[in-house]
Amino acid sequence: MAILNSLIKKEAYHILRDKRTMIITLMMPLVLLLLFGFAISTEVNDVRVVAIVDRHTDETRDIVERLSVNPYISFKGLASSSEVDKILGTGYADAAVFIKNNDGNPVSQIIVDASNTVVAQASTGYIRSIISGSSSVAPTLTQTLYNPQLKSAYNFVPGIMGMIFILICAIMTSVSLVREKENGTMDLLLVSPVKPATIITGKLIPYFILSCVILFVMLTIAYTVLGLPVSSRIIDVVVISLIYILLSLSIGLLVSAIVNTQLTALIVSAVAFMLPVIMLSGMIFPIDNMPTVLQWLSGIIPARWYTQAMRKLMVQQLDLGYVLQEVVILLSMTVLILAIALKKFNTK
Amino acid sequence: MSAAVKITGLSKSYRHIRVLDRVSFNVEKGELFGLIGPDGAGKSTLYKILATLLTPDSGEARICGLDVVRDYKRLRTHIGYMPERFSLYQDLTVMENLNFFASLFGVTVKENYDLIAPVFSQLEKFPNRMAGALSGGMKQKLALSCALIHRPDILLLDEPTTGVDAVSRSEFWDMLSTLKENGMTIMVSTSYMDEATRCERIAMINNGKILAVDSPTALVENLDENLYNAVGGDMFGLLSRLKTLRGVVDCYTFGATLHLVADKNFSADETVGLLRNSGLPDVRIYPAIGNIEDLFIKEIRNGK
Repeated sequence: MAILNSLIKKEAYHILRDKRTMIITLMMPLVLLLLFGFAISTEVNDVRVVAIVDRHTDETRDIVERLSVNPYISFKGLASSSEVDKILGTGYADAAVFIKNNDGNPVSQIIVDASNTVVAQASTGYIRSIISGSSSVAPTLTQTLYNPQLKSAYNFVPGIMGMIFILICAIMTSVSLVREKENGTMDLLLVSPVKPATIITGKLIPYFILSCVILFVMLTIAYTVLGLPVSSRIIDVVVISLIYILLSLSIGLLVSAIVNTQLTALIVSAVAFMLPVIMLSGMIFPIDNMPTVLQWLSGIIPARWYTQAMRKLMVQQLDLGYVLQEVVILLSMTVLILAIALKKFNTK
Repeated sequence: MSAAVKITGLSKSYRHIRVLDRVSFNVEKGELFGLIGPDGAGKSTLYKILATLLTPDSGEARICGLDVVRDYKRLRTHIGYMPERFSLYQDLTVMENLNFFASLFGVTVKENYDLIAPVFSQLEKFPNRMAGALSGGMKQKLALSCALIHRPDILLLDEPTTGVDAVSRSEFWDMLSTLKENGMTIMVSTSYMDEATRCERIAMINNGKILAVDSPTALVENLDENLYNAVGGDMFGLLSRLKTLRGVVDCYTFGATLHLVADKNFSADETVGLLRNSGLPDVRIYPAIGNIEDLFIKEIRNGK
C-alpha cells in the first residue's frame, strides 16, 4: 500500500509539473464542447428571404406577415421578379419566394441559392412549412421529440465526450508509460520487488482521477452552458462514463505495451483512435448512412457504443434498461483489452 | 571466499545475432570487478540478465546463491542496478527521486543514509533541484545513491562513467573504492580501457565472448609482446608504411603515437633508417609498455 501510494504520488508530480500538457488536457474538453456547442452547428438560423408578390390579397399579406415574424428567417422585404437573379447572385438573400394569385388561391414558388446545400435544404423546409400553414389543406403535424429545438449541442456533446476520453486517457497513459521505457526508469521499476500489477495500478489511478475531473467539467458545461436537460439519469451517465474511462485507460496500456517510443505512442493513439472516433463513431456522420462494411467497422470502435448510450441517457432521457446492450459491449471490451494489455505487459 | 556472482555458460541471441556466447566467470564477495569491452560487446545484455530483466537462452547465473531466472523475485532485493543511462525522473527533485526509490524497496532514506552518505554528500546542498537540471556527474551520483538506498549486497553498474567529465569520473571511482572498503561487492562495466586499472579484477569481453579474466596487472604482464612507440610528422603516412614492413605484426594509433607490435627479428634502428631514407625523415621508434588496450587489440587480432 505504501508502495502504491508513492507510485501515485510520483505520477501526480509528473502530471502536475507538466504545465503545458495539464493546460491542454483541461482546456481541450472546454474548447471542444463550446466550439461544437456554439460555433460549429448544423442548425440554420437567420435565413434571408425576399418575397415577390404579383398581386396583394389578404392571403399573400398573411404569408408575408408570417415570413417576417419567424425567428429563423430574417425577412428582407419585397422585391420585383426582375431583381431576383441579382438578389440571389449577390448574396443579398438566401431564398426568394414567388407568391402568385391563381383565382384567389395563392400559389408559391421557392427559388433558393443552393451553393450551400445545408442552408438551401433548411431554408426550403422552413419556408415551405410557413407557407403551408396558410393553405386550406390540413398541414402535416411534426413533433420533434427529445430535442425539440434541434439544437446541435445535443447531438455533439455525447460524441465529444466519447472522443475526449479516448484522447486523454489513451494518449496520456500510453505516453507516460512509454516515457518510462524510453528513459530506462521502467527497468528500475521492474528490477525492484514491486509487482507489475502494482506498477500498472499506480499508473492508472492518477489518470483515472484526472479523467473523473474532466468528466465533471464536461457534464457541468453540458448542463449549464449548453443547456442539456439535467435528468434523473445522471448516475447512469457517470457510471457508464467511468466504464468508458477504464476502457480508454486499458487501450492506452495496450498501446504502451506494443510501442517503444513516445512519438509512436502519440501517433498510434492519434491515428488509430482519434480518426476512427471522429469518422466512424457516429459523432458527426450518422452510422446508418455508412456503407455496410464501415458500419461493421464502427462496431469495434468503443466510442460508438459510448456515444450511443450517452445519447439515449442524456438526450432521450431513457433509463438504463435501454442501454444494456451498449453497457455489455463496453464492459466486455474493457475486460478483453485489459486482459491483453496485462498479459503483454507481464511478458516483458 | 564464496562467489557473489557465478556465471556459467551464459548465452543469449537476439534473432540470429549471438550477443552473449557461453560467458563464464565469477565475481568474489567484496570485490571491485570490471567488465571491460567496446560498445556492442554484450555488456548491457549481460547486466540485464543479471538484473533479472532478460532471461538467457542457455547457461546459468547465480547472484548470492540465487538463480537469476528461478529466484528472480527474492534476488531483486539483493541487487542494486544502475542502467546504462542515468535513469532518473527528470521532473522530480533530488530528494523526491531518492525517497521514491527507497519506498519501492520498503525502506526509508534515513535508515540507510550512512551507506549513501559518501556519494550523496555533494547533492545535499540542493535537495529541491530537479534531477533534469543536474550536471552529468551529479546525475551519476544521484543514480548511484538511488541504486544503493536499499542496501543491496551487490552493485551492478552498467557504464556508470559514460558521458561524464574526467574529474567526475575519477571522483566516481574513488567513491566505488570507498564502498568496496565498506564491504560492498561491485561489478562495473566500462568501455574506457584506462579505467580497468581501478578494478581488482577485470573480464575482457568482445562480441559476446569473454577474452580473459584476471587482475589488470597480471593481464598486462602476460601481454608478452614486442611493443614499440612510433612517432613522426606524417602519422598517417607512417602508419600505412609500417603496416607493409616485414617484422611488423600490427600497427595502430595509440593516443598521440603509434603502437607497433613486432616479431622477434624486428630491429628498431634498422627500420628507422629504412623509413628515413624513404621520405619520412623525422621518424622515431622506441620501446613501449603495453596496457589493457594493447592486450585488447592483441586478443581481438588473435581471435580472428
